[in-house]
Amino acid sequence: MSADTTVRPRRNTLRPVWEEQPSLLGQFGKGTILTVVVAVVLVPLWVVVVTSLSSEKTINSAGGYVFIPREFNPSAYVVIFSGGQITDAILVSTIVTVAGTALSLVVTVLAAYGLSRPGTLGHKPILFYFLLTFLIYPGMIPSYLVVTGLGLKDNLLSLILPTAISAFNLVVLRAFFMSIPGELYDSARMDGAGELRILTRIVLPLSKAVTAVVGLFYAVGYWNAFFNAILYIDRNDLQPVQRVLQQFILAGQSPSTSGAAVAIPGLGSSVPPSLAIKMAVVVVTIVPALIIYPFVQRHFTKGVIIGAVKG
Amino acid sequence: MSAPPVAEPRTAVTAKKKAKAVPRQQLSFGQRLRRDWPLLLMCVPAMVLLLVFHYVPALGNVIAFQDYNPFVGDDPLEAFLYSEWIGFGNFEYLFKTQAFWDSVITTLSITAFQLLFYFPIPIALAVLLNSILSPKIRALVQSVVYLPHFFSWVLVVSLFQMMLGGAGLLAQTLRQAGYTPPEIMTNPDTFMFLITSQAVWKDAGWGMIVFLAALAAIDPALYEASAADGAGRWRRMWHITLPGLRSVIVLLLILRLGDALNVGFEQFVLQREMVGREAAEVVDTYVYYQGIAVQQWGVGAAAGLFKAVVGILLIVGANKMAHRFGEQGIYSKS
Repeated sequence: MSADTTVRPRRNTLRPVWEEQPSLLGQFGKGTILTVVVAVVLVPLWVVVVTSLSSEKTINSAGGYVFIPREFNPSAYVVIFSGGQITDAILVSTIVTVAGTALSLVVTVLAAYGLSRPGTLGHKPILFYFLLTFLIYPGMIPSYLVVTGLGLKDNLLSLILPTAISAFNLVVLRAFFMSIPGELYDSARMDGAGELRILTRIVLPLSKAVTAVVGLFYAVGYWNAFFNAILYIDRNDLQPVQRVLQQFILAGQSPSTSGAAVAIPGLGSSVPPSLAIKMAVVVVTIVPALIIYPFVQRHFTKGVIIGAVKG
Repeated sequence: MSAPPVAEPRTAVTAKKKAKAVPRQQLSFGQRLRRDWPLLLMCVPAMVLLLVFHYVPALGNVIAFQDYNPFVGDDPLEAFLYSEWIGFGNFEYLFKTQAFWDSVITTLSITAFQLLFYFPIPIALAVLLNSILSPKIRALVQSVVYLPHFFSWVLVVSLFQMMLGGAGLLAQTLRQAGYTPPEIMTNPDTFMFLITSQAVWKDAGWGMIVFLAALAAIDPALYEASAADGAGRWRRMWHITLPGLRSVIVLLLILRLGDALNVGFEQFVLQREMVGREAAEVVDTYVYYQGIAVQQWGVGAAAGLFKAVVGILLIVGANKMAHRFGEQGIYSKS
């Protein structure tokens, strides 16, 4: 009756010996669910990439979106990278992301280190000052009034400064810094190192992984920022990619009518279809995340997340 | 001995931290300042940024009690000082406005709906994935389902539009097969399902992480012992796996309840035009359209402040409830 009366030659060695063999139905069901889950995430991305690389002929014969790749036609990418509104937007988003992430990381690392030793002067009130941001929100309207009051309208700083500090990231970094053994600090201090030197020579090299994850969170935040651009940016040439994406895909503007994107000398009549251009814009907004993701992915396991939750 | 004078008191403090037996060394304020000023200085940039872009706007919520007029001073900041104080006038107006209560009800029903149809999904997914033995498959599935968490709402809504919208892949396929495609992206009646599936697509995978960590912390000996006692798969899940997840589930439930008025903002702003105001107006979008688009600054800020205060009350209340259930909650009793 029970499973152990029969001989199982192909027993999975990862399965603990006491555990019963799974039913065929159960295994099939699990496999199906996981396949569906993975497909639901990947299929849209696949369709977008394939369509962005298709020519007008393929798109027309498919009646729109293309599922099966038949060619490699990068002309949509040539168009969006050769000037015009989309190129501007990519540039703006890149500048905001790089500059913003650098600023956020420097400021957050400094503060996290400054707060990493309980018992120092003002430690408790300063920590409270940072943690209070979790409870008290600025509110959209006063924020809008302050940022515009500072004259940051149509200034890329308005996309950086208001979101430059995340108390959450600060707490994550601080928790990690505090876990570094105190003897390391002491020995460095014996050798006459100042705080900044200890931070850059000892603490940061030990915290590469967690700093990278925090950097990723900041970078993703800046790259994905959308609403601040609606509030603070009116000029067309300062719009970030997310705004352009929203205009093209959701508000239904055609890329060919906005900006100089299509009137490109040299391409002449072989202007790629607007659907391919739209899809290329989508791909461009995804790609940065895709590039950094594999490098950082292995780090955001339990440690960072749980450590952060516990504060 | 030969250490620089600055280092000496510090060593004492660090030692105190490690071994509590060492008596606290009393230092004067001046001595501590001389010792700690570099650390203090390091906190200053972050504190200034938060002061200007977090706390000053938080104080700016006073305009909820003003008939705020941005043009009475030289700039909007001076207008904070010169605008007329009207007490609770904005709130009175707000509470008499049906559109505001509609947005509150929409928000709360979205929260309730997502507690039912969103909240259990990461848990189920984590339990399922945890039962997969092959580390390769687990790693593969994890890296795929975490990915959409890093996409922007614009991108997620765009992808849904491209797949399910009127000119999207599904409609295209159905039309080619001779069927009339259903309205998915623009139907206000099914909007709740739509936004919940978007939220699931974007964040359910990421939400798994916490549960996976909790599952990994369950002692495998418990499973072995109960299997030896004759418990089958389902019994083990009921008596070991779910109790092992209990405190995490309670914690996240509290956080969600405390956030009951926070259902996201960009997702709704992006789709408000497509499905209409009735279905997509949540408190946050009400604040935006009332305050910034219609320029009724005071009323918008009052709505925002109302939401913030209720949010704090909800967090405190939910935490009390957790303590009553014998769980830790977010902060402990003091």
